[in-house]
Amino acid sequence: MAKVLVVTSGKGGVGKTTSTAALGAALAQMGEKVVVIDFDVGLRNLDLVMGAERRVVFDLINVVQGVAKLSQALIRDKRLDNLWLLPASQTRDKDALTDEGVASVIEDLRTRFDWILCDSPAGIERGATLAMRYADEAVIVTNPEVSSVRDSDRIIGMLDSKTVRAERGERVEKHVLITRYDSARATRGEMLSIEDILEILATPLLGIIPESQDVLRASNVGSPVTLNNGTSAPARAYIDAARRLLGETVTMTVPVERKGLMNRLLGRRAA
Amino acid sequence: MMNLLRLLGGRTASAPVARERLQILLAHERGLRGQPDLLGLLRAEILAVVSRHVVLDPEKVIVRMDRGKNVSTLEVDIEVPNGFERSIATAAS
Repeated sequence: MAKVLVVTSGKGGVGKTTSTAALGAALAQMGEKVVVIDFDVGLRNLDLVMGAERRVVFDLINVVQGVAKLSQALIRDKRLDNLWLLPASQTRDKDALTDEGVASVIEDLRTRFDWILCDSPAGIERGATLAMRYADEAVIVTNPEVSSVRDSDRIIGMLDSKTVRAERGERVEKHVLITRYDSARATRGEMLSIEDILEILATPLLGIIPESQDVLRASNVGSPVTLNNGTSAPARAYIDAARRLLGETVTMTVPVERKGLMNRLLGRRAA
Repeated sequence: MMNLLRLLGGRTASAPVARERLQILLAHERGLRGQPDLLGLLRAEILAVVSRHVVLDPEKVIVRMDRGKNVSTLEVDIEVPNGFERSIATAAS
């Protein structure tokens, strides 16, 4: 049974696209057949983070408008056979995305894939509401910072009222994914703690992704962080999160950077 | 001296402040979320009931909620056309 999962946040720049790519790749590495869809019409970036920017021919809007077939727009990942990308349009008007069009594309994808990951644009406008509209599950990406938590709360309210599942009286299964977490700063009381965020949002935790240079390094070279360096701290955190999505029970930890000898000699500052 | 105090842990933690501000703000915003719908519903139903007896301009029905610290008030302002008193007088006779 295919699952539609929206990766959303309200606030921009918190790591939705990074998380979509990393979770999608991690699920594919575990043998699931995965498609990641970019819903950010006009400002697509998932193609770039996945390293497929030069292979985009047709996009989601072409498919919605019947200009291209779904099979023509889907791009297969070069590293993983069972990972696919459906890119967003870079040029077209975002109003070209219709509710019925998205419904039929998702319906079609459900017959071909195990997981359909929808990368939501920031904000609470049309693109974001369409990205969550047909979701069975939601990952709410949150930074330990007041404006991000506030926007996440707003998005949770929308997931509970504006999705097809909510309208049918069913539940969208929601998970909070905390990104850019610095446990040393949280311990010193300089950053909202995991407990604070979970208590405020009253939503279960999917994973904690530590602040790390590996995230930027992976996006620089166009590779999901789980593929670029699978043993790095953020990659391990994303892999744990993906296992939880598959229903496994994985102990919640904040993976730490494995420091080299020089770093250790120079002091163990970061946690 | 200030730097020395900071080194000794004199800097106060800001996370508890963030947490408290968020809790207060979100409690308020969650309360407001259902609000516009409630007022819209009240307005539509009040308009329907009154329109059964009086011809009204729907634009002249105003429903407003004022939130106070201890008590909130619901204000309903309906402008009725001038012939209205006469029709009441007829009904009474």
